[in-house]
Amino acid sequence: MSTLVKKQRDFHKLSKTWNVLFNLFAGIFAFLCVFPFIFVVIISFTDEGVLARDGYSLFPAKWSLSAYRYVFESGDMLLRSYGVTILVTLLGTLLSLLFISFYAYAISRKSFRYRNFFAFFAFFTMLFNGGLVPTYIIVTQFLGLKDTIWALVMPLAVNAFYIMILRTFYSTSVPDALIESGKIDGAGEFRIFLTLVLPLSLPGLATIALFSTLGYWNDWFNALLYIDDPNLVPLQSMLMRIETSMQFIMQNSTNSSLSLEALRSMPQDTSRMAMVVLATGPIIFAYPFFQRYFIQGLTVGAVKE
Amino acid sequence: MIGGFIRNIIKDKVMLLMVLPGALWFLFFSYLPMMGTVIAFKEYRYSREGFWASIWGSKWVGWDNFKFLFTTNDAYIITRNTLLYNAVFILLGLVLSVVMAVVLAEIANKKLAKVYQTGMFLPYFLSWVVVGYFAFSFLSSESGVLNQILSYFGAEPVNWYSEKKYWPVILVLVYLWKALGYNSVVYLAAIMGIDKSLYEAAMIDGAGKFQQIKNITLPLLSPIITIMTLLAIGKIFYADFGLFYQVPRNSGTLYSVTNVIDTYVYQGLKSTGEIGMSTAAGLYQSVVGFVLVITSNYIVRKFNKDSALF
Repeated sequence: MSTLVKKQRDFHKLSKTWNVLFNLFAGIFAFLCVFPFIFVVIISFTDEGVLARDGYSLFPAKWSLSAYRYVFESGDMLLRSYGVTILVTLLGTLLSLLFISFYAYAISRKSFRYRNFFAFFAFFTMLFNGGLVPTYIIVTQFLGLKDTIWALVMPLAVNAFYIMILRTFYSTSVPDALIESGKIDGAGEFRIFLTLVLPLSLPGLATIALFSTLGYWNDWFNALLYIDDPNLVPLQSMLMRIETSMQFIMQNSTNSSLSLEALRSMPQDTSRMAMVVLATGPIIFAYPFFQRYFIQGLTVGAVKE
Repeated sequence: MIGGFIRNIIKDKVMLLMVLPGALWFLFFSYLPMMGTVIAFKEYRYSREGFWASIWGSKWVGWDNFKFLFTTNDAYIITRNTLLYNAVFILLGLVLSVVMAVVLAEIANKKLAKVYQTGMFLPYFLSWVVVGYFAFSFLSSESGVLNQILSYFGAEPVNWYSEKKYWPVILVLVYLWKALGYNSVVYLAAIMGIDKSLYEAAMIDGAGKFQQIKNITLPLLSPIITIMTLLAIGKIFYADFGLFYQVPRNSGTLYSVTNVIDTYVYQGLKSTGEIGMSTAAGLYQSVVGFVLVITSNYIVRKFNKDSALF
């Protein structure tokens, strides 16, 4: 049986040369996609002196762990940023799931009289938005979130697109009859949602949770806008700040010894690359697992009610 | 009438409670900012007495902010950059990701194809800050790899972060690097959904693999290609802030080739302090963007009702 199938499939295949060419094409591009990360890892393990002499190199003359030692010894800043990022990611994903799953469930229920109104209320935000400046003014002056952890959590908490994805998911994977049977058994709406609907929609929720986790982990824009307090700077944003202050010192360090002093206290080239590696590490490890859900999310999003 | 309304509310109270947090979020983070666009028609003055006082206290200036915006060269430059970059992204992105999807689908060894796909998908998961660092490891004038290669061939090193002419190419390459893997997954999924018996039939008729691609795969992909492209055109007025801010490291000398509407609005807010003009630019973006989304969606509906956004 299996040999028969195999033989049949052979007719579908490309000729040997083309197969090799296709492999090369895809393989080289895939390698180029991964290469910069490998390169940055190598830089982070390069000896600082060798780097100053030779520049970034794939095969440094001397390896060194000193960048990581530096980061962990003077790593207060890094640890704090890690803490902020982890806290924001956990809190944000949790809130996000709560808000989005409730909202999406309600507008997926045909018995909900105002479902069309609330569906449109969410949907319209995908078409039109107030823009950056009014949003900034509302968040800082009206809601007063500047320099609070909520400025990092709230702006990303709800997203109309995720609501649409999840609504589709509910309406395709949770049969009405099931909800009816729950009602007949005397369960209230909340109980139906928690005990019947949630377990069935776990794959959908997982997809949204992963989208949202990645969004929070990688976010730097909200920190750029709303955070000045050095204690509340998340990872990505800290990497940015080091870079900007380096540039600032370099550009203004004509002869003042003060800026030289400041420059010396800044993380060196290798240490900054080590921080990049440490900030990206969790994503790299988690992402083969993420990938499946992302592809699932892409295909779920494509199907409409 | 009112009694009926109250009865409905009571009947739907659980559902209403469920939408409440989300609805409040939309109110505060989407609808209030929409109202806030009146700032575009005012000379915005921050007032200590808070948000409402700031809005009410500011003087009406009518269309002045827009007039200033469009009399400077800025409006032209940012619109041109936003449109041209996005047009190139859409075109090259489409061609290359379809090619990549076909290539991945045809590779005989499925395990290897999966490995390639995993590699290509990686950049999508990295933040723009990290991508900015990656770019720097290549472009840094003292230690970057590109200059090392140039000097190896005896060429003069280039100060990449202050040479305008290279940036259109650099930005396009970085965009493709980050987005290609993700986009090709969409097309790959569509190719996987094509009925295998079509290929069998073609094979019996003696069609080679390339004829099969040309006569089966591509025609069957064309609806999703059309739709993806139209939806992208609907968003052509929005640029990816991260790409244009992080990768050129916000270098002022490069603004004429890297400034897009989104970065311009940000600078107006955070560095130059031109709140009114910056709001005007943002409103211009939102309104044109709205019209484009509606139009492209209308066209998508004509092609295929199911794929339209609404």
